[in-house]
Order: sequence, then C-alpha cells, then structure tokens
Amino acid sequence: MLLTTSNKVILVKFVIHLAAFLPLLSLYYLAFNDQLGADPVQEVIHFTGIGAFNLILVTLTVSPIAKRFKLGYLLQVRRLLGLYSFCYAFLHLLNFLMFDLQFAWSLFFNEVVKRPYITIGMVAFILLAALAVTSLNRIKRKMGKSWQSLHNYSYFIAILVSVHFYWSVKSEILLPLFYMSLTLILLAFRYKKIKELILSIFVKKITSK
Amino acid sequence: MLIKIPSSSTLKTSDITDESVYIQRRQLVKSMGFLGAGALLGSAISHKANAGFFDSKDADASFKTTALNYKADKDNLSLIRTPEQKVISHNNFYEFGAQKNQPAELSQNFKVNPWQLTISGECENPITLDYDDLTTMFALEERIYRLRCVEAWSMVVPWIGFSLAELLKKVAPNSSAKYVLFETLFDPEQMPGQSNRRLGGGIAYPYVEGLRIDEAMNPLTLMSVGLYGKTLPPQNGAPIRLVVPWKYGFKSIKSIVSIKLVREQPQTTWNKLASNEYGFYANVNPAHDHPRWSQASERRITSGGLFAKNRIETLPFNGYGEQVAHMYKNMDLSKYY
Repeated sequence: MLLTTSNKVILVKFVIHLAAFLPLLSLYYLAFNDQLGADPVQEVIHFTGIGAFNLILVTLTVSPIAKRFKLGYLLQVRRLLGLYSFCYAFLHLLNFLMFDLQFAWSLFFNEVVKRPYITIGMVAFILLAALAVTSLNRIKRKMGKSWQSLHNYSYFIAILVSVHFYWSVKSEILLPLFYMSLTLILLAFRYKKIKELILSIFVKKITSK
Repeated sequence: MLIKIPSSSTLKTSDITDESVYIQRRQLVKSMGFLGAGALLGSAISHKANAGFFDSKDADASFKTTALNYKADKDNLSLIRTPEQKVISHNNFYEFGAQKNQPAELSQNFKVNPWQLTISGECENPITLDYDDLTTMFALEERIYRLRCVEAWSMVVPWIGFSLAELLKKVAPNSSAKYVLFETLFDPEQMPGQSNRRLGGGIAYPYVEGLRIDEAMNPLTLMSVGLYGKTLPPQNGAPIRLVVPWKYGFKSIKSIVSIKLVREQPQTTWNKLASNEYGFYANVNPAHDHPRWSQASERRITSGGLFAKNRIETLPFNGYGEQVAHMYKNMDLSKYY
C-alpha cells in the first residue's frame, strides 16, 4: 500500500463518518414516518443509547490496537470517535426528553434525580460533554497538562455507562453483562495507568491534609 | 353481558391505519434495511433490524388466524384503538424472545390445535377444554379495553372473549378457593425463550400469574381468544389468554394451559423475580411509582411516528375504578402494590 500516513487517517475517518452517520439518517427517517416498528420512540432511544456505548468502546479500543500493531496514526481518529460517542449520547438524551417525556420538564428533572440509573447516565453525559467541548485544539493547548487528566475520565465514563445499561433493563441482563465485560477488558489494557490514577487521588488527599 | 364504561373515560374518533398501507410501509423498511449499521454499531440493534427481513407478512410461514363470531362492543367505539399491526408486532412474551419485535418473528409456527386448558383445584366440577371448546363453549363478545404496560406504554385493544367468571361458575369453586393460579404452556421446543437464556430474558418458566377470587369473578376480567375480529396470533397469547384491564399488562398471562383454584396467594413470576418492583396485585396506580420510573403518565401507542403527542396521564385502575375500586376499599395500595 502506497498510502501516505495522512491519507490513511483520512480514509479511516471517512469510514467512521459513513458507519456512524448513515445509520442515524436511516433511523430518523424511518422513525419520523412511523416505519420503525410499533414504538419508534423506544427504538430510537435504544438505538442511540447502544450506539453511544458501542462508539465509546470502539474509542477505547484504538490505543491498545495502535500500540499492539504499531499503527501510531490511528491515535488521530480518537477525537472523531469520541465526538460521535458524544453525538449519540446527546441524541439518546434528546430522544428521552423530546419523544418519550415530550418536554414534561418537571418529570424529566424528577426522573434524573430520583432514578439512580438515570442519574448515572446523566453524570456520564455531562462528563462526555466536557470531553467534547475541550477537544478543540485551541482549548486543548490552553489546558496544558490538565487536559490529559480531564480526558482520563473516559475510563470512568465507560464504567458509568455500563452500570447505566445494566440497571436499566427489567430482567434481560446478558447483553449488559457482556458490555460490562468488554468495558473491563478494555480497561484492563490500561491497568498500570488506572492504578496510578487511583493512587494519585489518594496521595493528593493525604498531601492536602 | 355488556360492560358499560363511563363516558368520562372515553376518547374520540377512530384512528386505525389501514393494514395494506402498513404492510407497504413494512416492505419499505425491509428494502432499506440498516445500511452501514452493522459495520460500526453492530450488536443487538442491527441484529434486530436484520431480523426484520424474516417477519414478512406475505410469507406462507405466518400463523393463520380465523374470523370469529362475536357481539360487537358498541359502548367503546370512541376509544382510539391501537392499529392492529402494532398490537400484533409489539409484544412482551418472553417465551418467544424478550425484545418487543421477537414474539411476532419467532412464534409463527406455534401449534395451538390441539390444545388443552385444565380448570382444577378447589372446585366441584374440574374440566378440561379442548381447542374447539375455547371458542364455542361460551358466547363471544368484543371488549375494547385499555392495556397499560408496567413499562409505562399503553394500547387500546379490541379483544374478543368471555368473562372468566362464566368459566369459573362452570367448575363451581368451593369455599376454600381464595385465589386463582394461571400457568402458561411449558414447551421449550416450541417456545425458544424457555430453553435459551439469551432469548428468554432470565425469568423463570413456566410463567405463572394469579388473581384473588373476587378479582377473577369481576365481570371485567376476560378470557380472550381473539382480537380485531380474529383468533389470537401466537405473539398475543394464542389460543387463550387472560385480560385484566385494570392491572399492569404482565398480569394478563398468555397461552394458558392451567387454571387452578387454590387456598393461598400464589407465587407469581415477576413478583418472585423482583418483589420490590412488581407486586402481586399490580393494579395500575399513578401514585405508586416503579422504583426505576414514574407511573404517573404513559405513552399511548397509536399511529404516528416520533412526533406523535401521545403522553397521557395514567388513571387509577387504568380508568376502571368504578368497576373495581370497591374490591380494594380497605387496603393500603402503596403497600399492596
């Protein structure tokens, strides 16, 4: 293959755009026209929710693969994947508010506060939003070292999302358990880093006292 | 017998999607598929979309229903009925898969004839009904009922059937009959969810439900053998199911093979699985939330896509309080949920 590195990046990004954006077009086209099963609302909520989780997991797969197969250029597509994760999560939340609750704001706030699995989902979304906003190069540069510490929260987000999924189902826990295991496997690749992160939290606490 | 529903709880004008239009739409969905969804998003959802290729209505593999003779429900014509295609494609029947679309796809070869329904226990004349008895032993009538799922969505379904009370009178319950226990067919070969943990959603089989004897004898409590003028399709509980319109849908057990009059309150499927979430009574109650979601309102599934303004207030006893509230007069409904 005679592709230059930058062409490879462009190619991978193109594939990501196709795979992440086209399903959304098709999903909403069908849902708006009542062609998505008997309850299009449930369908779009689940599709975007699972889609967001899939994208988060794919994002977390990039570094281990890049390391293992020495494909350094892959690291450049993480931001795009992360932004799509946020985009799906945003639609997931918007579907819930607009189409399920139909802008019953008080019900929305009540549910976010009262139902632990929704609270957890909301925390994950807010963190994801923070990562999305700070993904701009200009902001990234300004943040310096703190950028990386903020973006280390992606591991925490993945855990929150897997709990959110597990807690949301009635009895069919196999799929959520499968997702939870995938999450743990991906985090296991970062065992050392995560251990250091956790330790540093304790060290900070001790030194600040 | 004729059930009068108070006009205060009725709605206006019919809104039924013509079946042929609906099928055309389904064809379109099928032909479009979910291009690209498999690539990155993979997993359960695209698997579900692909499964759509097999739920074809034109295939000869689909279950055959037959027209029924019944007395029409003229009192509730003003209720906006959920389109038939939605009633028969959006089902919670974990025996055929825990996803809403799976029962319609995985149940089409279900054998309902021969069938045996045994009524036994604390009674004078236990009997067993055969398949033909189900539709011929009693005069059939249509009942247009609201159906409220515990998951906070609802439908309006024109059921066809007879009062459970008529059936129970035939077996003459004795004075020890305090509760009624219902059981779904257990046949893992025909019901893939019963043998496959992934499909079956992790509940215990056979599915078991129960009512107090006075609830069972209430004239609203229906043994349904059909909907929309025809015998039930398998995904809706063929050949015979219970319909208890003032309780959450999971009480309305499907494909029943046994009705037993018993002395003690039975252990029922969802109640056993999570008693803090699903009570034995499971009366529709907007004041008592499910621990993980509000029950104060619901989404009524009718026609219309994402922008259908279909969130409505949930009514106590699903709007059937006049007929049933007296049975719970001295009970703390937040305790006996």
